[in-house]
Parts: sequence; C-alpha cells; structure tokens
Amino acid sequence: MKLLRKPWNVIRILALVCLLVVWCYPFAWLISASLKGQLEIFQKGLDLIPDTLLWENYSRAWVSAHFSTYMLNTVLITAGTVLLVIVHTSLTGYVLGRFDFLGKRFVIGVLLVTMVVPVGVTIIPIVDLADSFGLLSTRWGIILALAGSGQAAAILLYAGFFNGVPKDLEESAELDGAGFFRIFFSIMLPLAGPITATVSVLTFLYAWNTFLIPLVFTFGAPDLRTLPVGMLAFVSNNETDWSGMAAAATISLLPVILFFFFVQRFFVEGIAGAVKQ
Amino acid sequence: MSRTPPSLPARLWADRAIYIFLLPTLLLVGAFTVYPIIASIGYSFQNWNGFATTGTYIGFDNYRELWQDRLFWNAFGNTMVFLLIAVPLRVGAALLIAIVLNARFPGVRLFRTGIFLPVVTTAAIVGVVMRYILDPTGGPVNIALMQTGAIEAPINFLGNAGLALYSAVGIWVWKWLGITVIYWLAALQTIPTDLYEAAELDGANAWQKFTGVTFPMLIPFTIIITLITLIEATNVFDLILTLTGGGPFYGTEVIDIFVYRNAFINTVPRLGYASAAAILFGLIVSLATVLQVLAIRRFRRSAAEAT
Repeated sequence: MKLLRKPWNVIRILALVCLLVVWCYPFAWLISASLKGQLEIFQKGLDLIPDTLLWENYSRAWVSAHFSTYMLNTVLITAGTVLLVIVHTSLTGYVLGRFDFLGKRFVIGVLLVTMVVPVGVTIIPIVDLADSFGLLSTRWGIILALAGSGQAAAILLYAGFFNGVPKDLEESAELDGAGFFRIFFSIMLPLAGPITATVSVLTFLYAWNTFLIPLVFTFGAPDLRTLPVGMLAFVSNNETDWSGMAAAATISLLPVILFFFFVQRFFVEGIAGAVKQ
Repeated sequence: MSRTPPSLPARLWADRAIYIFLLPTLLLVGAFTVYPIIASIGYSFQNWNGFATTGTYIGFDNYRELWQDRLFWNAFGNTMVFLLIAVPLRVGAALLIAIVLNARFPGVRLFRTGIFLPVVTTAAIVGVVMRYILDPTGGPVNIALMQTGAIEAPINFLGNAGLALYSAVGIWVWKWLGITVIYWLAALQTIPTDLYEAAELDGANAWQKFTGVTFPMLIPFTIIITLITLIEATNVFDLILTLTGGGPFYGTEVIDIFVYRNAFINTVPRLGYASAAAILFGLIVSLATVLQVLAIRRFRRSAAEAT
C-alpha cells in the first residue's frame, strides 16, 4: 500500500489501533462475560471466548431480574420525552428565532442560565413538586421532568435555523391566507426537518441514558425503573451474579448502539453544527 | 412583520400567537428548571428533615454549618479535581486525536465510531463494567499489567481511597472523549484550506503549520469547548454513583453525590442542608461560567477590532 510507505502514517495508524483496542475492549469483555459462567469470568484471565455459550444468563436478566419491564419503561419514557421536546422546543425556537416581542431577551437570558445549573440544585424541588402533583411514581412525571430540564440547546438550535429562513416564504403564505399556526405546522416545521432529526437523536440519547431523575422518581415504584436504574438496583441486590449483570448490561446497551449506527450522521452533524454556531 | 401598536395591552394582544407558542416551554422549563432553582434557594434557608411537609426558617445556619463541614469541602475538592484535571485532560487529548483523525485515510470512520462507543453508553453501564475491568482479583486490566510485568501486585484502582478519584477521572475522560473529538473536528473543518496552501508555499513544515495556522484559528473554539466540557464535568453524578457510590471513605464523593446522600439516602434526610450545598456549589459554577463568557466576549471584541 502506498499509504504505508510514509513512516508517519505507520506510526499514526499503529497509535490509532492501540487507541481503538483500549476504547472497545471493555465492550468486547462485557459481551464475552455475559455468555460465561460465574466463575469463568474471573478465572480465565484475558481469554474472551467462553467455554460454552450460556444464553440462560440473558433469560435470567430478562425475566427474573425484570429487565423486560425496564426495557418497556425506557422505551415509553424515551419516546414520550423525544416527542414532547420536539414540540415545545420547535415552537419556542420558532418564535425566538423569527420575531421580536416583549420579553424575548428575558426568555433567552433565562434559557442561557438554565444551561449552567448543576443537576444537584434542581433535583430536590423537582421531586417535591412532582410529589405534590401526584406525578412522582409515574412515567408521565419522569417524561415531563426530562422534557422540562436542560432543553435550552435544542431551542437555540431551532432558533438559529428559523432565523436563517427567508422572510418572503411566510409573507407569500400570508397572502394566500395562511394563519400563524398554519404557517408553522405546514411550512416551517417540515422545513426544519434536519434540526428535528438532530434534536430527536440528542434527546433520545439523553432520555435513554439519563439516571438521576428516573432514579429518584422510582424510589417508591420499582416497576417503573428504567434500564440504567434497574442496572444499579441489580448490582446492589446481586453482588455475586456477575454474568447476570453482564447480560443485563448488554441488553441495556444493544438498542442504543444499534440506534447510534443508523443515525450517526445526524448525531455527528448536529453536534458539529452546534459547535460551529 | 413590523407592527407599531399603540399601547402595551394592544401589543401583547397582537403578539398573542407568539405567547401561545411559548406556553409549553414556559410551563415545562418553568416547572422543572426555573421554579426548582428559586425553590432551592428558599429551601437552603430552612431546617427541613423531609418527613415534614415544610421546614422552619433558620437563616444562614445551613451555610454556616457547611462552611465547617469537612465532608462538604472534601466533595468540593473532588469536584475541583474534575474541573481542573479532567477537563483540560479531556479537551487536550481530544484535540490531539482530532488532528490525527482530521485526514482521509482508510478506517478513519471506524476510529471515529470506536471512540464514540462509550459516549452513547449509559454511565450506569460504564460504571458497572469498569468495576469488573479494574477488579484487583481477576479483572483484565490487572491481569494484563501483571503478565507484562509492569506491576508485581494487583492495583486496587477503585478500592484505594487515594487512587479511586484519579481512576474515576480516567474513566470519565475515556467515556466522554469521543464527543469532544467531534467538537474539535467541527472546529478544524472551519479552517479554510487555502491558509494551509499559503503556508506551504512559504515553506512551512507540519509544526509551523500547526502553530501558525491551526492553533490561532482554534482559540475561540478552545474557549467554547472548554466551557461545554466544564459544564458537563459538574454532572459526573451517574458515573460516580455506579462506579464507587462516592467511596471508598468519601474518596470520590463529588458535590452532586453529597447533595444526593443528604437529601435521599441519609436515614434522616436533610433537604435544607443539601439544598444549601447545591446552591453554594451552583454559585461557584455560575461565577466560573460568567468569567469564561466574559473572556469569550472580550476575545471576540479584540479579534473584531484586529480585522
């Protein structure tokens, strides 16, 4: 290969391969451990190939450790959060990016402040508020809390996009008799498709992986635990079931990795676009 | 759509559609972010054990107690390690990798994907997996280090109070490096290629191209990327809770864990005290952020004047 003639390229590729091994080894190890026996995990050293494939680790995690329930909860909560976030951030992003109105600077200022607030500051009142509205041990409570915390970046992404759309598009639609709402839902929102894709992907990852809010919302309702919370509960209840934990972790991991492979483009472009802005 | 309405109510009425559009965000963010910030400040002046529906007002007593609480300062110090060691490490290492990856060669996509794998993985799973991987009695890292002769006795990465925090820093950087690499790649792609061509015509070597072109063009991004990473570093809660639970002996207890422990885990919850800790820490973070933003503005202004 012509590429390998330069010594710099050889060094570079070697360094990257080492890096890739360090980055991916824990995942290979996890999948291997999920198919091994209890003792085998710690007795076979670095060998990644199991003696026999123990698929029952998966059925144990899926059925006895309730990971099927946790999966369902996570799917419902993630779907609800993504939907709600798209609706509210696109509406707000549209008016912030497109119109001048009384209180606009105030709204933007508050949104910017919410971006830097550590989660420890808000968690106690969130629980208190959710409790007084009867939302604490419910999926809806988790969805609302997730959709209402830390979505300023999505709003700013939409605002940036709508700010760049030519004005005459709306003016001609207005001449055709379309109202404010009609213009948004049948022209503006479809135009913002790429932003919606990015926001969906970012929100999906956030909601799927988030931990603190589902953790404290399900203290009194173990049936509503999400995958990450169930994972922690499993670890603290079964300090010895290593292979069951590895299987549970693999179950929690696979959907998000598959999802990531399919939407990688939107994800990387979205992050890159946000930084360039 | 410029309007010149005669009075304030008329103006608000004319913009009613705008306010209707704002309503969902105002309700959601208002209830779950803005109200909690304000409420937390209120709670922080109360003695409230969590079993009662409300607390009693005690002024600055919580803050005074925090000031003398060695565990609070311990948690503060641990968080500072993340801000002062882990953030520069993550930002710097990611820049190096981004520069290497910012070229076309076979497998570049594979590398980008591989380094992104931990980013999309739940911190809860990373925490649990790393507990196995670093286990002193059979975890692969210790076995590998022993077999290559690098160490003689296994290292207890997470069980040693002095070492656990730095292990957590390493794992946090490992987990999040991929996203910072993407930030840097985006920044590198904004540099016009003709600048490099001009430098090449002047006979610049690779190092001169980096110091003369790449580095100056990256300065504004450095500030933004550091800021984003700094904010992310204040949210290490998930990882720490699943990795070490804040132990051993509070060795990895960061502020969020301190708040969580006092508010939800202690047999007698201390909601007011936990709120005060969160507010005190939030103030420090906000101050650091404001300083950074001022620095960005100042830099932009001087850059604008220079051109």
